[in-house]
Amino acid sequence: MDLLYFLIQQTLLFMIPLLIVALGGMFSERAGVVNIALEGIMVMGAFTSIFFINLTQGFMSGNGQLLIAILIAAATGIVFSLFHAIASVNLKADQTISGTALNMFAPAFAIFIARIIQTVQQIEFKNTFRIVEVPILSKIPIIGEMLFKNSYITTYIGILILILSSLVLYKTKFGLRLRACGENPHAANTAGIKVELIQYAGVLISGALAGIGGLVFVVPTSTNFNATVSGYGFLAVAVLIFGQWKPKYILFASFFFGFMKALSNSYASIPFLFALNIQSNIYKMIPYIATILVLIFTSKKSAAPRASGIPFDKMKR
Amino acid sequence: MKRKKDFAPFISSLAAIVCGLIIGFIILILSNPTEAVAGFVTILTGSLTHGTKGVGQVLYYATPLILCGLSVGFAFKTGLFNIGGSGQFLMGAFGAVVIGLTCPQLGPFQWVVGLLFAILLGAIWGAIPGILKAYFNVNEVITCIMLNYVSLFWVNMTVKGSKVLFNALRNESKDIPKVATLPKLGFDVIFDGSSVNSGIIIAILVAILLYIILEKTTFGYELKACGLNKNASKYAGINENRSIVYSMVIAGAIAGLAGGIMLLSGTGRHIEIKDVIPSEGFNGISVALLGVSNPIGVIFSGLFIAYLTAGGFYLQLFHFSKEIIDIIVAVIIYFSAFALIIKKFLERYNEKKKDKEYNLIGNKGA
Repeated sequence: MDLLYFLIQQTLLFMIPLLIVALGGMFSERAGVVNIALEGIMVMGAFTSIFFINLTQGFMSGNGQLLIAILIAAATGIVFSLFHAIASVNLKADQTISGTALNMFAPAFAIFIARIIQTVQQIEFKNTFRIVEVPILSKIPIIGEMLFKNSYITTYIGILILILSSLVLYKTKFGLRLRACGENPHAANTAGIKVELIQYAGVLISGALAGIGGLVFVVPTSTNFNATVSGYGFLAVAVLIFGQWKPKYILFASFFFGFMKALSNSYASIPFLFALNIQSNIYKMIPYIATILVLIFTSKKSAAPRASGIPFDKMKR
Repeated sequence: MKRKKDFAPFISSLAAIVCGLIIGFIILILSNPTEAVAGFVTILTGSLTHGTKGVGQVLYYATPLILCGLSVGFAFKTGLFNIGGSGQFLMGAFGAVVIGLTCPQLGPFQWVVGLLFAILLGAIWGAIPGILKAYFNVNEVITCIMLNYVSLFWVNMTVKGSKVLFNALRNESKDIPKVATLPKLGFDVIFDGSSVNSGIIIAILVAILLYIILEKTTFGYELKACGLNKNASKYAGINENRSIVYSMVIAGAIAGLAGGIMLLSGTGRHIEIKDVIPSEGFNGISVALLGVSNPIGVIFSGLFIAYLTAGGFYLQLFHFSKEIIDIIVAVIIYFSAFALIIKKFLERYNEKKKDKEYNLIGNKGA
C-alpha cells in the first residue's frame, strides 16, 4: 500500500504541470490558434519565478513565496505569449513558425540573462514548499494518504485550474464564444463576436497557464533551474491531443503520462516491476507512442477544433 | 518584371536578418553597454579574424545546418512541416555509429556504407509521419514531435544496452576509428586547425541535386504542385498521397545523412546518453525559413547562420555567452514568419504596378 501511495504522489508531481500546461494549450487551440510555443513559455515562466525565489529566499520562504512566484510565472507567460498572439492573430503569420521561434528564444534568453546576472547559468533555489501533512484532510483514509501528505500547494492549484477551466469553457458566454472561434470563426464573426479579441484571450490564457506550469514542473523535481523543462511543453501538446481537447479527457491523459513518467523514475524500487526488467527508456517512450496510436485511431473523426492553425482573415469567406 | 518578383523572398529574408541583428544588438547594449559594440563586431566578423581556421569552422558548422535546412525546406515545398528533423538526424547518427563501430571489414567503403545506412534510417523515420499524414490524416507536426522523443529514448536505450557501441566511462557512444571517418579531401591542410571535411561537399551536392529535382523534373513538379494546391493537383491526376510520402521520405533521408556526416566527421562528436534532443533539426527550420526553402538559398542561409555561430564562439572574450546567437536566430525566424507578409506585400505592389502598366500600355507582356 505504501508503494501505491508513493507512486501516486510521484505521479502527481509529474502530472500536475502537464495538466496545467495542456489546459493552457486547450484554451489557445479551442480559440483557433495552435500554440506549440508552450515549451518556450514554460521555460520563461520558470525562469523569472525561480529567479524571484532565488533573490528573495533570504527573507521569504514557504507557500507565501511560492504563491507570489506563481503570479510572476503567470505574468511572464502572458507577456511572452503576447508575441505569439501578435504574430498569429494580428499579422496572420504561420503559427507553427512563430511557436518554433519562441521555443528557440526562451532557453537561449534564460541562459544569456542568468550568465549576465550571476555568471553561472543554473539558478539555485531552496525548496521550502513541501507540505508534509495537511491538517485534518490527511486523516481521511486512502485519499488523505494519497493527496494530502508529502504534497505541494501546486497540486491543489492544478486541480482548481482544471475545475475553473471546465466551467469557463462550458458554462460561460466567453467559453461558448471561444469554442465558436475555434470551430468556425467566420460564423462567429457574423454573429458579432470579435474573433481577434477572443483569440487574444485564448493565447494569453495559455501563456499564463504554461508559465505557471513551468514553475510547477521545476519546483518539486529539482533544486536548480537550468533553462530547460525537459520537453514537458511538447509532452503537454501530446496530452492535449491525447485528451481530445476536452478538460476531463485531458485529466486522464495527464494522469496516464504522469504515471508512466513516475514508473520510469521509480520502477527500480518496485520489486515486481524490477523483476520484469523493462528499461526506464521503455516507460519514457510509451506516452509518445500511445499518442501516435490514439491519433491514428481517432483521425477519421478528429476532435480537433476545425479552424485551429488557420489564420483568421475577415476577407476570406 | 519577372526579375523584380524574384527578389521579393530575398528582400524579406534580408529584412528578417536585419531585425534579428538589431534586436540582438539592443540586448547586448541593455546587458552590458561598455562591451556591446565590441561584442557585436565580434559576432559579425569573429569568423574572419582567425585566418583560414575560422573559415574552415564556418564550413564545418554549415554542413549539418545546410542538410537539415534542405530537409525542412524540401518538405515545405510539398506543404509539409518537418519538425522531426532532430529525430531523423539522431536515427542517422545512430546508423552511422553502428556501421562505424561494427564493420571494419568494409575497409575504405566503411564511411560510404555508414552514410547509406544513416540515410536509410532517416528515410524510415521520415516515412512514418508521411504515411500517417497521407493515409490516416494525422497532422505531421504532432507525429514528428512524438517521433523525436521516441527516437531519443530508443537510441539511448539501444546504445546503452550494447557493449560494442557504449562507452560506459563517458556515458556516450564509443569513438569511431579514424579509418571509418569521412575523407578530409585536403581541407585539413587548406583550413589548418579546423574540423571541416568532405561533408560540406556532400551537402552542397545534395542541395544542387534537390534543386534539379524540384525545378527540372516531373517528379519535383508534382511535389510542388501538391504543396501549392492539393485539390488542383489531385484534379490534374497527381497522386497526392504518394507525393506526401515521397516528400517526407526524402526529407528524412537528408536529415539522416546530416546525422551520419556529423558522427563520421572524426571531430569528437558522439551520441551522448542524455534526455536532450539534438538541436540540429530545429536549427534546420531556421535555415530553411531564411533560405525560403530554395535549395540554393538554403546553402547561403546555412553558411550565414554558421558564420554567426562561429563568430559567437569568440564572444567568450567578453562577458557575453554564445546563446546570444540563438537569440538572434530566434528573432530572425520570428520575423521571417511575417516575412511571408512582406513578400505578399511586395508581390501585391508589383502586381499593382503591372496592372498600371497594363492599363497604360494595354499589353500584358510588357
